Amino acid sequence: MARAPVLTFTDRGIFCPAGGFHIDPWRPVDRALITHGHSDHARPGHGRYLCSRQAAPVIRHRLGPVRLETIAYGETRRIGGVTVSFHPAGHVPGSAQIRVEQDGEVWVASGDYKVSADGLSDPFEPVACHSFISECTFGLPVFRWDPQEAILAQINRWWAANAAEGRISILGAYALGKAQRILSGLDTGIGPILTHGAVETTTEILRSQGCALPATVAVTAGISAKSHPRAIVIAPPSAQATPWASRFGPNAAAAFASGWMRLRGVRRRRGAETGFVLSDHADWPGLNAAIRETGAERVFVTHGYTAVFRRWLESQGYDAGIVQTEYEGEGIDSAQPDTAGDVPG
Amino acid sequence: MRRFARLFAALDGTTKTAAKTAALAAYFRDAPEEDRLWTIALLSGRRPKRAATATELREWAAEAAAIPLWLFEETYPVVGDLAETIALVLPPPGTDSGLPLGVHMRGLISLAGQPASVRRAAILSAWDGLQPDERFLFNKLITGGFRMGVSQGLMTRALAQATGVAETTVAHRLMGDWSPLTTTFAALVQTGDPQSDATRPYPFALAAPLEAAPETLGDPQDWLAEWKWDGIRGQLIHRAGAFALWSRGEELITGRFPEFAPLADFLPAGTVIDGEVVAWGGTGPLPFAVLQKRIGRKSLPKRLLAEVPAHLLAYDLLEEAGQDLRAAPLCLRRARLEALLHALPPGLPIGISPALAAADWPALAALRAAARDRAAEGLMLKRRSSAYHVGRKRGDWWKWKLNPFTVDAVMIYAQAGHGRRATLYTDFTFAVRDGDDLVPFAKAYSGLTDDEFRRITDWVRKNTLERFGPVRRVVPEQVFEIAFEGIQASPRHRSGIALRFPRMLRWRQDKQVAGIDTIQTLRALLAGQRGYSTPAPPEDI
Repeated sequence: MARAPVLTFTDRGIFCPAGGFHIDPWRPVDRALITHGHSDHARPGHGRYLCSRQAAPVIRHRLGPVRLETIAYGETRRIGGVTVSFHPAGHVPGSAQIRVEQDGEVWVASGDYKVSADGLSDPFEPVACHSFISECTFGLPVFRWDPQEAILAQINRWWAANAAEGRISILGAYALGKAQRILSGLDTGIGPILTHGAVETTTEILRSQGCALPATVAVTAGISAKSHPRAIVIAPPSAQATPWASRFGPNAAAAFASGWMRLRGVRRRRGAETGFVLSDHADWPGLNAAIRETGAERVFVTHGYTAVFRRWLESQGYDAGIVQTEYEGEGIDSAQPDTAGDVPG
Repeated sequence: MRRFARLFAALDGTTKTAAKTAALAAYFRDAPEEDRLWTIALLSGRRPKRAATATELREWAAEAAAIPLWLFEETYPVVGDLAETIALVLPPPGTDSGLPLGVHMRGLISLAGQPASVRRAAILSAWDGLQPDERFLFNKLITGGFRMGVSQGLMTRALAQATGVAETTVAHRLMGDWSPLTTTFAALVQTGDPQSDATRPYPFALAAPLEAAPETLGDPQDWLAEWKWDGIRGQLIHRAGAFALWSRGEELITGRFPEFAPLADFLPAGTVIDGEVVAWGGTGPLPFAVLQKRIGRKSLPKRLLAEVPAHLLAYDLLEEAGQDLRAAPLCLRRARLEALLHALPPGLPIGISPALAAADWPALAALRAAARDRAAEGLMLKRRSSAYHVGRKRGDWWKWKLNPFTVDAVMIYAQAGHGRRATLYTDFTFAVRDGDDLVPFAKAYSGLTDDEFRRITDWVRKNTLERFGPVRRVVPEQVFEIAFEGIQASPRHRSGIALRFPRMLRWRQDKQVAGIDTIQTLRALLAGQRGYSTPAPPEDI
């Protein structure tokens, strides 16, 4: 009789029967392997956690006192009947793909990933495998990213133009990853950099881990457009257009950095703010290249345009399947103006 | 194309009218002259013939992007816009052609009638020389349906700012039949093109909806009241050697209404009349649905001309003996119009739109309440002392329409919208009850706020029973109040009826499906509408 697959898909998330653990489960389990610290992957309530050494400080901060073990990239560990290792996913600092090997058969769960280097995260590392579980948040051929330098230059130009007009710039970016990626590319000659508390906390943690990030000032009671003219404010998208943001005056210029900003319809739904196309996920060419490089014959897709992407992979000769996640979410919703939270785009 | 793309980005990035006007005015000052002309043409709806069909563009784009057509088709609804989908799926440009808008436009025009292989090669080559934002605009120029969020009025103001020519003069110069291929920016805007003078219409004066009580308008004797006819607004021009009928959308419709041709023999040269083209029942107009049989038809068989004869209900005289009368008060223009029409022999397809006599506002309100019996939508109120304004100037012309018909109905299908509404469910099909069944009778996609659309979208996702491509059949439980302007029998619809301009008036979350209207309600409204076909004779002046 054939044994169970190395990884299976359950209503709690990805499960390894021979290892007795889940990967990024969304309901409480005994043992959870966590790819990275975003809140839809690192959830509270599990018995034991295992994550990369670099991801641990943020996860500890976010989840509080949990039973957490760490592992270095590339280090192997035996769990039950399988061998496990973590490999850089390039998504955000500390993010990992998880490799699981059982009797010579290798599966890799990608978590979230991007293939181009962002200067802060350990760059994505292709891991050879038989079966690959890939995210496909941006798995449509219209998603194609310009180089990071080009986008950061756009952001600096926008900031400088606002500063010249005496307007504060408020840039929406997810607190873990995107915010620091932007910080690392800001031209500090333009003006001071202010941060929302959620961004400041994460930034401070990453700084202490050795990320080179410019000086920032957390927004507190005394800080306003008057105290810090010419400033750029980095805030989670959910803080924009709130009373918190009103301290920067009615003239403040708003912008949002996300892969979804590639679409004019999404930009327009968010009103008159500026959109910067900057994503921590792989674009269409990136997804295709990453999958090709794994050498996998079988690909399971999750998070995103799964049905379309699966059909595309099948037309390319892969044996492809879909992993259902808890949310049927169409992803693009995370770019809706009324959606709070920390779901990365 | 770069400069045009920059203009578009500036217009697209703001909702403030002043910022849009400034961006346009700057463009009209510094863009290449030919591009300015094309921009005016495009913004006023003068677009060239399509150089390619949407189907061809999809196929060529998929090929150039090396993706199967089905993948293109699956991607399109996510983007919500064909021109943008093409712009984004194509590989990055191989060159920068640097060609201005005018060159692209002339290129597109020269493609008309060429074999597919020639058009394909030209368009693929244009795509390869444009950035994604330029490609998007280029594609919009081909596919039409291009909205830059700029009204004719805003463009006119920007041109006036850029050139120093008075706004009303600019508005008049831009009217009528001109082409960027045969005129120049200087001739069109700055000096006025004498070539097109003969048939050039005046900008239409427009009325604003009256929302306040009519008593706020003061003494009813200061106002001229007329029926608000439900036809096609038209401007009839007879000048030396020229006879033309223009629609309000600045379309030349002379050929579509051959019965007006004899007027050229009787109206004095230098006459311009504003009025409503209606289908004529002998003594009064027929419902708009009857006129609709003639609209959009390529040929007009004799039978149709006999069955649906056109008639012009004249309500204003803009030019008399070659003199522009627009600055004169309405009461004077009206007296001249009456005299002019009075001098015509009987039997011509033209008559005055009668002035309604009423002692006070309640009497006018009573007339308005009976407007549907006259195939009218309500009343027009025009200040007797008013000039004929350019466009919509509030205060002198009001449309005092009847309230629409309304029924309560349940949503049964939902479909995602386009453009900024892609991924939101905004296009709904509604049903009324027929015994234990639900009968679909109308589609509507407007009337709710963005927030309501977001909430209903959440609900649709969770309450889908079945999917047919982009359409979802949903649990029949959300009740909406549907408003519409008219109702007619239609054998093509399962319900047997068709509505005019249906829209959502309210989301009735307080109502249950059991309480919605029935097909009998609609049939009763339809029976009431049939009174239309035998209207009472119009009132005398």
